[in-house]
Amino acid sequence: MSSHAAAGAIDHHHDHTTSTGIPNKKLFMWAFLASDCMFFGSLISTHLIYRLHPPPGSPVPRDIFSIELTSFSTFILLMSSLLMALAVNAIQKGNVRSTRRNLLGTIFFGLIFLGCQVFEFNHFVYEKGMTLKNSIFGSTFFTLTGTHGCHVAIGVLWLTLMYIRTFKPADADSGRHAWLTSTFSHLILFALAVVTWMYLVLGFINEAIESHVSGSMVTAYFSAHAVLFIVGVILAVALNLMSRAKGPIEFGEANAIDVEGAGLYWHFVDIVWIVIFTAVYLLEYL
Amino acid sequence: MDALARSDFIGKDATPTAEKRPWIFTRPTTKTGLVSWLTTVDHKRIGLLYGFSALFFFLVGGVEALMIRVQLAVPNNTFITHELYNELFTMHATTMIFLAVMPLSAAFFNYIMPLQIGARDVAFPRLNGFAFWVFLAGAVILNIGWFLKSGVPDVGWFGYAPLTSRAYSNQFAWDNSTDMWIMGLQILGVSSVIGSLNFIVTIINLRAPGLTMMRLPVFTWMTLITAFLIILSFPAITIALVEVMMDRSFSTNFFEVSNGGLPILWQHLFWVFGHPEVYILILPAMGIISEILPTFSRKPLFGYPIVVFSGAAIGFLGFGVWSHHMFTTGMGTVATAAFALATMAIAVPTGVKIFNWIGTLWGGHLMMRTPMMFALGFVWMFMMGGFSGIMHAAAPADAQQQDSYFVVAHFHYVLIGGSIFALFAGIHYWFPLIFGRKVSETWGKISFWIVFVGFNTTFFPMHFLGLNGMPRRTAVYDGNMNWNTPNLIATIGAFILAIGIATYFITIAYTYFKGEKAGRDTWDGRTLEWSLPNPPPEYNYAVIPTIHERDAFWYEKHHRAEIEAETASHAKEEASHGGIHMPSQSWFPFITAMFMLLGGLCFACKDSINDTLSHIDFVSARMGDHNIGILLAIVCGVFVVLGATLWAFEGPGGYHVHIEGEDDHGNGHGHH
Repeated sequence: MSSHAAAGAIDHHHDHTTSTGIPNKKLFMWAFLASDCMFFGSLISTHLIYRLHPPPGSPVPRDIFSIELTSFSTFILLMSSLLMALAVNAIQKGNVRSTRRNLLGTIFFGLIFLGCQVFEFNHFVYEKGMTLKNSIFGSTFFTLTGTHGCHVAIGVLWLTLMYIRTFKPADADSGRHAWLTSTFSHLILFALAVVTWMYLVLGFINEAIESHVSGSMVTAYFSAHAVLFIVGVILAVALNLMSRAKGPIEFGEANAIDVEGAGLYWHFVDIVWIVIFTAVYLLEYL
Repeated sequence: MDALARSDFIGKDATPTAEKRPWIFTRPTTKTGLVSWLTTVDHKRIGLLYGFSALFFFLVGGVEALMIRVQLAVPNNTFITHELYNELFTMHATTMIFLAVMPLSAAFFNYIMPLQIGARDVAFPRLNGFAFWVFLAGAVILNIGWFLKSGVPDVGWFGYAPLTSRAYSNQFAWDNSTDMWIMGLQILGVSSVIGSLNFIVTIINLRAPGLTMMRLPVFTWMTLITAFLIILSFPAITIALVEVMMDRSFSTNFFEVSNGGLPILWQHLFWVFGHPEVYILILPAMGIISEILPTFSRKPLFGYPIVVFSGAAIGFLGFGVWSHHMFTTGMGTVATAAFALATMAIAVPTGVKIFNWIGTLWGGHLMMRTPMMFALGFVWMFMMGGFSGIMHAAAPADAQQQDSYFVVAHFHYVLIGGSIFALFAGIHYWFPLIFGRKVSETWGKISFWIVFVGFNTTFFPMHFLGLNGMPRRTAVYDGNMNWNTPNLIATIGAFILAIGIATYFITIAYTYFKGEKAGRDTWDGRTLEWSLPNPPPEYNYAVIPTIHERDAFWYEKHHRAEIEAETASHAKEEASHGGIHMPSQSWFPFITAMFMLLGGLCFACKDSINDTLSHIDFVSARMGDHNIGILLAIVCGVFVVLGATLWAFEGPGGYHVHIEGEDDHGNGHGHH
């Protein structure tokens, strides 16, 4: 396979081992997405039906939404699709370094979207007083957008695993590397770094909204979270060191179908968000 | 050892120290014993696992049915309590639909479909094993209530809201039965969708050369259509179940009327799934019949394209008729009329199929063997169920029949007279291929006639009971309603049916151990699977066949010289590519599914778990009011993700088999 990759001879649009020429993984993913359409179709229908029958005392969506924040996170999610497409393009040309960069970018943008959602949910529950329990609108809104958020989170996890897999050494089975141990420590460091930085950044944003941004506020925030901040920096440095090239790797052009499968999922989840953004948010502003 | 010299793979295997994979990726290579079954990726073994589980649950569901019939044998009976009666009719239906008929169909999909398309396995063998173990997890969660204080689910198989709300179905704090029902069905849904995605990819992508879509055997076609119905309809019930689960676990308001919830939404979501589901149950049966009738009429299937397109049309229309289950909910005249017309429209493709089957029989040299008897029984009994179905399609008539025994009679005619007759026919038909032995014709036919008589004695009187007003799901009735005689006849019939089914299974079991050995191609078959030795080897086809005509094996039998030359040249070609490639066994499908089982149980039983633990001072002092049940479920969820991750890192693996050696089962095991 590696010789094929070197020659760039892999045809990414035709798999001669299948009856149709479509790779099995791609066909599987398309069929799954058809099924997933029905999942979201049922949830979105539920939301739209209940939207037409609000019981007395229901919250007014316009008073609850902050459309600026959601528009921003929508834009970020759309841009993540662009990076995902670039990652697929890069691996189809056998460029692993570029694939890694774009995967990281996609993960990063996905995390921003998730962070916005966490922030939004917090805001709705604690500031606007809308919970899962106290109104039908809260029930349908949180269940629908929460399900979508789970899809994004699964996508982030998938892309993270994909990213870490790109470091698996080519001679993994020779027994010369404890590659599984290093893979899992890489994964755990990655997860810790993500959680630490999300905590710091979201906390900072929250702080910034409550007390106006000023030099003293920034200093106060980071000195209050000094330990966490240092841990975050150490984790970032450690991750950087772990991702230095260490000899030949297994991942290459032949894995383009794996990246493409994740990409199909990612784009689908983005498209679903466009529908949700329109049907749940924008519809209320008509 | 000729083969060893030829392949790179085997060369690699000769130095076993060359590979040092982490111990966690140890892949079993044993072909016998418990481990070989737990880690199997062979579609035939997975098919057998589905089949045996389905038959076990079929017997469980049958015992439940007999208890129901005993209770209804005489008026004002006190054989069982009303609570148990509710549990029995709920579990009878849930078991028969999700744990008997669907997995028995899945058994045939798994075992027969890859053989019919000339493949060596399905597209994703490990995922196929996973689908089975997840099925088993769901089945355990649904049934485990029999052994717990909480009891089994008792909300009816369609669990109408608000019956499933905490207010109605949790008389006691420890009653988790409805949560078990919700969790069990969700997990079964995961299994069905995963299995179906696999079948879709397999049928579309793994066909042998020359096997165009319009040359596929009809059973394979019906597998494909059923798989599409499953992936498109199960999401609706999954979301409905998620909503009711959110209502019960996190106090949302989806079906909570006092906060604006609409219970009617449950009915819509449920039947958007529920109606395609009845075609999920019957289309595989129609596929089996379309294989058996041509074989025993010794003619090709009459009007193959129209039979296939009728199946597709039934599947398509099946998505547009769900509200005929809701004619009495006051949808309004336009909706009611539209759904009534759409429902009647389904009778057209169904009728087309029946006429094509009759056309197949017409002028054929009929061989009245046991599979043929069940197949003919299917055509007749299914038509009877179809006729009463058209009666329901007329909304005014349905308003009278709704929730009466007439409906019970109708769906048992299509489910037993339809699905079960066909699946029994299929077992008899493919038994010689799968086990290499032939069922005795005498005992096969005796069992057929007892089943046939018992079935009609049980369910025909129910038409009259229903039209005379007897409602379904009642545990007792008064003696002055004129319902006594038909009920007694039905109960007697149920026992005749039970004797028939017992005869059937005893005959099958006897044949398995002591039956007459069957030769290759027992029935002078037409489709590809009959070209295999029985039982088929692990790799199915020594050389992937090339298909020249619709009834592929029939063509092979009549063009032997051409096929032999072709096979010889293809054998050389395949050998030059390293021989027969087989997938490696794996632990991860089983392990991942078992954590799903544990997680599902923890989530469904969270109230009981929390309640029990709160009485243990050691735990309650440390955990405060944390929801330990949910925490445990989350821990299991993490292990599911971990299992799936290791599964991905493990890779598909695989080894090569060379069959021109000393024995037929290959002597080379080399992993990549």
